[in-house]
Amino acid sequence: MILTKAQYDEIAQCLVSVPPTRQSLRKLKQRFPSQSQATLLSIFSQEYQSMLAFSCHCITTWLCLSRYLNGVGRNGAAPVLLELANEVDYAPSLMARIILERFLQEHEETPPSKSVINSMLRDPSQIPDGVLANQVYQCIVNDCCYGPLVDCIKHAIGHEHEVLLRDMLLEKNLSFLDEDQLRAKGYDKTPDFILQVPVAVEGHIIHWIESKASFGDECSHQAYLHDQFWSYWNRFGPGLVIYWYGFIQELDCNRERGILLKACFPTDIVTLCHSVA
Amino acid sequence: MAAVLESLLREEVSVAAAVRWIARSAQSSEDDPGEAAALSSLRPLRKEFVPFLLNFLREQSSRVLPQGPPTPAKAPGSSAALPGRPGGPPRGGRGARSQLFPPTESSSAAAAEAPSARRGGRRRGPGPGRERGGRGPGGLEEGVGGESQLWPGGRRSRGSGSPGSPSLVRSDPPNLSNLEEFPPVGSVPPGPAGTKPSRRINPTPVSEERSLSKPKTCFTSPPINCVPSSQPSVPDTSPWGHGLPPGCRSLQEEREMLRKERSKQLQQSPSTTCATSELGPPLPSWTGNLTAESADPARVSSRQRLELIALVYSSCIAENLVPNLFLELFFVLQLLTARRMVATKDGDLEPSPGAPDSLESPLFQSVHDCVFFAVQVLEHQFQVLSYLDKGTLKLLAENERLLCFSPALQGRLRAAYEGSVAKVSLAMPPSAQAVSFQPETDNRANFSSDRAFHTFKKQRDVFFEVLREWEDRHEEPGWDFEKGLGSRIRAMMGQLSAACSHSHFVRLFQKQLLQMCQSPGGTGGTVLGEAPDVLSMLGADKLGRLRRLQERLVAPQSSGGPCPPPTFPGCQGFFRDFILSASSFQFNQHLMDSLSLKIRELNSLALPQPEPSDEDGESDVDWQGERRQFAMVLLSLRLLAKFLGFVAFLPYRGPEPPPTRELQDSILALRSQVPPALDVRALLQQGLRARRAVLTVPWLVEFLSLADHIVPLLDYYRSIFTVLLHLHRSLVLSKESEGEMCFLNKLLLLAVLGWLFQIPTVPEDLFFLEEGQLDALEVDTVASELGLDGMPVVDQHLLYTCCPYIGELRKLLASWVSGSSGRSGGFVRKITPTTTTGLGAQPPRTSQGLQAQLAQAFFHNQPPSLRRTVEFVAERIGSNCVKHIKATLVADLVRQAESLLQEQLVTQGQDGGDPAQLLEILCSQLCPHGAQALTQGREFCQKKSPGAVRALLPEETPAAVLSSAENIAVGLATEKACTWLSANITALIRREVKAAVSRTLRAQGPEAAARGERRGCSRACEHHAPLPSHLISEIKDVLSLAVGPRDPEEGVSPDHLEQLLGQLGQTLQCRQFLCPPAEQHLAKCSVDLASLLVADHIPVLGPPSPRGLERGQARRLLHVLLSLWKDDFQVPVPLQLLLSPRNVGLLADTRPREWDLLLFLLRELVEKGLMGRTEIEDCLGSLRDAQWPKDFSEELATLFHLFLAEPHRPEPQLRACELVQTNRGTVLAQS
Repeated sequence: MILTKAQYDEIAQCLVSVPPTRQSLRKLKQRFPSQSQATLLSIFSQEYQSMLAFSCHCITTWLCLSRYLNGVGRNGAAPVLLELANEVDYAPSLMARIILERFLQEHEETPPSKSVINSMLRDPSQIPDGVLANQVYQCIVNDCCYGPLVDCIKHAIGHEHEVLLRDMLLEKNLSFLDEDQLRAKGYDKTPDFILQVPVAVEGHIIHWIESKASFGDECSHQAYLHDQFWSYWNRFGPGLVIYWYGFIQELDCNRERGILLKACFPTDIVTLCHSVA
Repeated sequence: MAAVLESLLREEVSVAAAVRWIARSAQSSEDDPGEAAALSSLRPLRKEFVPFLLNFLREQSSRVLPQGPPTPAKAPGSSAALPGRPGGPPRGGRGARSQLFPPTESSSAAAAEAPSARRGGRRRGPGPGRERGGRGPGGLEEGVGGESQLWPGGRRSRGSGSPGSPSLVRSDPPNLSNLEEFPPVGSVPPGPAGTKPSRRINPTPVSEERSLSKPKTCFTSPPINCVPSSQPSVPDTSPWGHGLPPGCRSLQEEREMLRKERSKQLQQSPSTTCATSELGPPLPSWTGNLTAESADPARVSSRQRLELIALVYSSCIAENLVPNLFLELFFVLQLLTARRMVATKDGDLEPSPGAPDSLESPLFQSVHDCVFFAVQVLEHQFQVLSYLDKGTLKLLAENERLLCFSPALQGRLRAAYEGSVAKVSLAMPPSAQAVSFQPETDNRANFSSDRAFHTFKKQRDVFFEVLREWEDRHEEPGWDFEKGLGSRIRAMMGQLSAACSHSHFVRLFQKQLLQMCQSPGGTGGTVLGEAPDVLSMLGADKLGRLRRLQERLVAPQSSGGPCPPPTFPGCQGFFRDFILSASSFQFNQHLMDSLSLKIRELNSLALPQPEPSDEDGESDVDWQGERRQFAMVLLSLRLLAKFLGFVAFLPYRGPEPPPTRELQDSILALRSQVPPALDVRALLQQGLRARRAVLTVPWLVEFLSLADHIVPLLDYYRSIFTVLLHLHRSLVLSKESEGEMCFLNKLLLLAVLGWLFQIPTVPEDLFFLEEGQLDALEVDTVASELGLDGMPVVDQHLLYTCCPYIGELRKLLASWVSGSSGRSGGFVRKITPTTTTGLGAQPPRTSQGLQAQLAQAFFHNQPPSLRRTVEFVAERIGSNCVKHIKATLVADLVRQAESLLQEQLVTQGQDGGDPAQLLEILCSQLCPHGAQALTQGREFCQKKSPGAVRALLPEETPAAVLSSAENIAVGLATEKACTWLSANITALIRREVKAAVSRTLRAQGPEAAARGERRGCSRACEHHAPLPSHLISEIKDVLSLAVGPRDPEEGVSPDHLEQLLGQLGQTLQCRQFLCPPAEQHLAKCSVDLASLLVADHIPVLGPPSPRGLERGQARRLLHVLLSLWKDDFQVPVPLQLLLSPRNVGLLADTRPREWDLLLFLLRELVEKGLMGRTEIEDCLGSLRDAQWPKDFSEELATLFHLFLAEPHRPEPQLRACELVQTNRGTVLAQS
């Protein structure tokens, strides 16, 4: 699961301008059978997100809206919005959001608030227009990178791995403080777990463990370093990050500085011995 | 002044009397009346004697030392402070240089000049040159600064120009700090003018005398001489020696030929003549033979005179009449290691027979004289030498000249070396880490607002980011702190709006500073944790070597001579540059406040008390701890004081003193009104009174070393300098009596004070000007108390750590051995302390009263470790007591508050009224219970302290001592805890109750209902259920297949659907991995799935039923879903969505429409109590409002009627209906 940069690039190469749909993911799995689906999905999703972030998407929303309206005017049951999104290389869920915003703007005097939009995306039944509701729903269930369902899956995966990690720590008899306890104490930055007694992993002292249920690619790792890992280091000293779906080997370059990467729970753990002497 | 020296030489006055005369203005009864008479006439000149003597010696030696390492200099390395750097064009003629100590008045022609020269702004003049000796009135021909004087030939020509001129002539000193400009000088007579300076590699002398270390060869060392003549048989090991006839003669001949050849060429090309040739005097050749002359005791000229002057000089050193002890030692060692006398005219070399003991003839006429003099002085200074580090002692003991001149001294040194344990180790502290986050000081409660809290959160991260970047890049060539980090730092500082945020940031800054920089070496590169890994690879044995190697690699090539200017080595540079780049007034002010506070706190920290059983081996262990703690505190104080000085004087610092007297006066008038950042004078006086000078003075020196030029002129600081000068004078090393300061303590103070007096910003005449007032000052010490000063708290390690420049002595000696001139570097090492752990908390101040006095008295006669233990236990137990009260009493009260609040809410309805009012009611009920805290606290301390004391004290502690210690610990702990509790308990209860109230009220909110009561897994659950994320993902796939678009071959098998719902059931029963958002989405997805089932929208795989599921299958699946909704979901399931226009609308697309499943579902919902009848009716009613195709509206209306027609019946009848419904459904579908 730990990929070299070259291996990673090979996968990333296959993802260029591929729509983030169920079908694309299936093809990807066929292309790289040795990689787990979760790893591939994680890479796919992150690559797609960074592609969106870096590509300049000048989507003229009014044009899209009119194309959408034309489309549904011809056949309301056809996947108009989804095809429109694929056509302009934009995530279906994001396209749905744009169209929904625009649509509501045209039908109501005041622009809809963000929370209203979010709520409608979560539950398209709230969308006043029946056809649009179906179109939006279709976009959301077909998007494998964005949307409330995908967000929920990601969140659930993260939570599950934290629970797994907690079990492993308990099993190893390592006492720790979890995020909730830390927050209750008023810590401003909270890794998933702070070890109450530091341990050594592969010869490196660690004070905290952060669980990441995703693949550690360059872009996301840099962001995590900046927003989380270094902040943890700044407060608690060196620590361990577990990328459950693997990471690019070359990113594990801060070991000496106090950030260790692993793709699974470490086996080589040395604990402090309370010598009798 | 010369007169005094002369009278000494003529033995009119005894040395002892002279020194007494110099040291004390009053005549002593020991003085011979004749002597007194001789001296009293010279009385006005008394205080000029020492500067005269020092200048005299420097000047006399100037012919011997030109090629030596940098001469003692006030500020050789400080480029900012050296605008008149030697080698540049001479400025102002003779005024361009001054004496080591400009005489105040009337002593000589040069003296009259010096002060004006100073005021003329050249005070920062050529460092070493200034030290080496002033200019005299003689020798106009060399009356230009710059390089010419540095050439020995210049002096020679002076000799020839005015052979009869008095030898008191001050020759222009060479600039020895710059070897590039002043390459080693040969001993041969001067060659033709204008010879281009060059450096060359010369044979390395190897001495068999160096028995303690292996002979070395230094291939790239600067020029040195041939093998000493005393060791002629030693083979020449340098590359130069190969291929040449043995011995030096042929080499010399060859070089002589070369030299001639080159000078010929130079004469033919005048353009290459260097500027100095204009000066007239013929210049010597550089390229002559540079052998170190062997020194021979038999060839010493005027022994008696040298002995006498050595004695006077030594006495002055011993009486601390010289500003810097180590500077003089450095000078003496330079004389010892002088390579070769610069040849002057023959006449000069011969002492004039008429006046053998006068000053008329040069003091040092040969290297023999120099070495003799040096050895004489060293003999007198043996005591100091014996306290130097082992390396220096070894080099001294191995010095062949020393052996030759004084075998006795050599023997003593060797003995001292062998007995010395003072190997200055270079152990480095473990790599520092970031300041850890401490909830007590860093959490939200410590900030005024959420915004401030979050801003500080970001700042902490930016600060460390900047620090990491600095670590990575500051050694890259071309990297600039300000350019690289300046704007980021300022942007960060700009966010610190609230005063409280500033104090937080300053605390972080200061902590990090202490953590990283306690070691003066500031091991920049390894701070962020490289060391442990490397070290783990090596054994402990190699560790030391590795550290030394690393140290050597990290250390700067040269520390800047024996008197380097204050610098910020290693990591300190980061903090300095940070302050400069931040350029924030608020930050600086907060930093000063914080530094001052910490300095006061550490300065008054109770450190080891005298211990009677000092000699015991047992107490030795304790003493190591005491020393360690002292060293830690001292080093922290020095660091803090240095930064305080830096920040406090930052606004006033400039490279130059004010150019005119008027300007200076107006600045003085302004500055004298400004109160000092920290009342250091008071602290100094306190320190002296409490006999803690050894702690206070070193940090005060650090503080003052960063003062600007005006500071020493201000009355306030002037008085401090006066006190320091007095202290300096009083630290006579030879005095060792009861109640005196320990030797190494004194040595430390002498070293730091001596260094301070050489700092560029401290006026050089201050030392001698103030001298007159000293006698009037008496430091009022509490004689009865033996303070820190009387305890051996300083060891060699600490001495060298605080004063790395003492290591220059070793460097000088080593360079003699290696044959280098000391500029090659590599010998100077920074010494880092071993002390690294955090500072202990300040012990609690005991209250006044008899009990406290008794406790003090009790500790007085016990080992200090006992006191520390008791104080430590008391401090910890007291603190734990407070925590315990918080966790028990306060927590109970909070629980009470919560239940009271619940009652309140029940009686007063849901909103319960105004939260503030509620809080008041609760607090008024609960706070009185806080009084119990004191009782409980007392009990806690009573219970816990004795055990802790017992565990920490030695088993053998006498019972009475033990029980007293326990009682005191209990008392102190109780006092600490109760003081805190009585002051804070009410506020604490209030705060906690407030938090509980807002928690409870929030729990009453709308979300609370949604959360409901959650069940966990059953006890037997092994958590093997499918993961929620997996299920959501699977159901999502089914949904996306159902809503399309899909490929023709895509579909779902009914088995898969059933399996999926089975898994959903398992997951919902095992709650291990389930979080509420996931469950909510599962609920919603299950409703969507049900709607798709009802509308027959699920594409089924396989040929049998191409258009959808069989009705039976669909019904089965709906049943499963219904039971999941009823029994397994713990979050509300959005069942009303089943009747949302969108989901019902799915039916509109199917043809023929089949309503039976929907009707079935609705009935089951009602039957299972999942939805109320009226609720469903409402949903159906609103469905009719939507826009539908006409036929669909009609069917919908029929469904509505059918549902409404259902009688409200209990279960058995409903089952009967079900059959009917199926029929009706079919009818409906067919209609």
